[in-house]
Amino acid sequence: MAMSDQEIQTGLAEIIDEVAGVPADQVTPEKTFVDDLDIDSLSMVEIAVAAQDKFGVEIPDDQLKDLKTVQDVIDYVRRTSASA
Amino acid sequence: MRQTEGTAGARILAFGGYQPARVVTNDELATMVETNDEWIRSRVGIASRRIAGPDETVADMAVNAGGKALAASGLSPEDIDLVIVATCTPEVQIPNTAATVARRLGINAPGAYDMNAACAGFCYALANASDAVRTGTARNVLVIGAEKLSQWIDWTDRSTCIIFADGAGAVVVSPVTDPDEAGIGPVVWGSAGDMADKIYIPDRNGFIIQEGQAVFRWATTALHPVAKKACEQAGVDPTELAAFVPHQANLRIVEAIARKIGAPQALVADDIVTAGNTSSASIPLALARMLERGEIPSGAPVLVLGFGAGICYAGQVIKVP
Repeated sequence: MAMSDQEIQTGLAEIIDEVAGVPADQVTPEKTFVDDLDIDSLSMVEIAVAAQDKFGVEIPDDQLKDLKTVQDVIDYVRRTSASA
Repeated sequence: MRQTEGTAGARILAFGGYQPARVVTNDELATMVETNDEWIRSRVGIASRRIAGPDETVADMAVNAGGKALAASGLSPEDIDLVIVATCTPEVQIPNTAATVARRLGINAPGAYDMNAACAGFCYALANASDAVRTGTARNVLVIGAEKLSQWIDWTDRSTCIIFADGAGAVVVSPVTDPDEAGIGPVVWGSAGDMADKIYIPDRNGFIIQEGQAVFRWATTALHPVAKKACEQAGVDPTELAAFVPHQANLRIVEAIARKIGAPQALVADDIVTAGNTSSASIPLALARMLERGEIPSGAPVLVLGFGAGICYAGQVIKVP
């Protein structure tokens, strides 16, 4: 079943809170991981791994580096889960 | 054909650790490569590491750690009949390190071999030692993890020179007559040769090259099932663990695995903060220091988990002396 953007954002915010301790209300679509949320490359890997468990969508390292904002991840998850 | 008579099990009698005298701080590294203390602490969790002197060999460090473990065990050198040195950085390929170390410790004519499972080396060697004691092919085994990684580092490569360090750790493994006193659980081990190119030295004149992000992803996804299986095989629930002492690869990896094994009571080793990543030495070194500080009660179950180049990994539950 397709997930809505809001569902993905909520799930992602839970992951980011757990991995990086960023409060869920700060995880809004326009935020960049590195500059706005202060999340480094290793935390991004942890987020990708957790996202795979949560959404069933694999985010390989070479794709991960292009995901700069929360919206980028939401789009990626929606797109990839739709084609799966 | 006649076979050796086995024993009921094996246990660890004592630990010993050794670190070279020279402390290298992050600030010192920042004078050599483009890096800084905050970056190193946040990415790998290291504040300082120990680096061996130019003339200090892997065997020297192994003798130091092995001698301490032997002394603490209460056994004499003549009681030891097998010496295993886990190392991926021996001075030379021939002769091996173990025979030299045995001679320098006054151990007379033991079986002696080096083994290379990189950062998983200690757990592999401990499994070998336990099996040798259980099957009766050895009575008392000295297991040493010793590394001089500094001589395999490109000191202009900021992705590796901030991580790796030198040191040694050792244990003495001995038989028990009552299976309830056994202190080394079944090993859960394996490898992933398809990832051989993620951590490697290209040739005999080369230096360690590591694809940090790929290794991080692998370590934080593949290892907690191994850890849980090791607990299951030992019949110890993760909630019963007094400590979790994984290879000190990177504090972020250590913490990520710790979160996933469901051992809230366990003290998680963070020896990397002042020891750096010492490959096969990191687990016994960390445990030696934790026991010295009285952080783990005698007889308590501890999960050890080694992983690294190969890729090779191994874990088991032990009871500390």
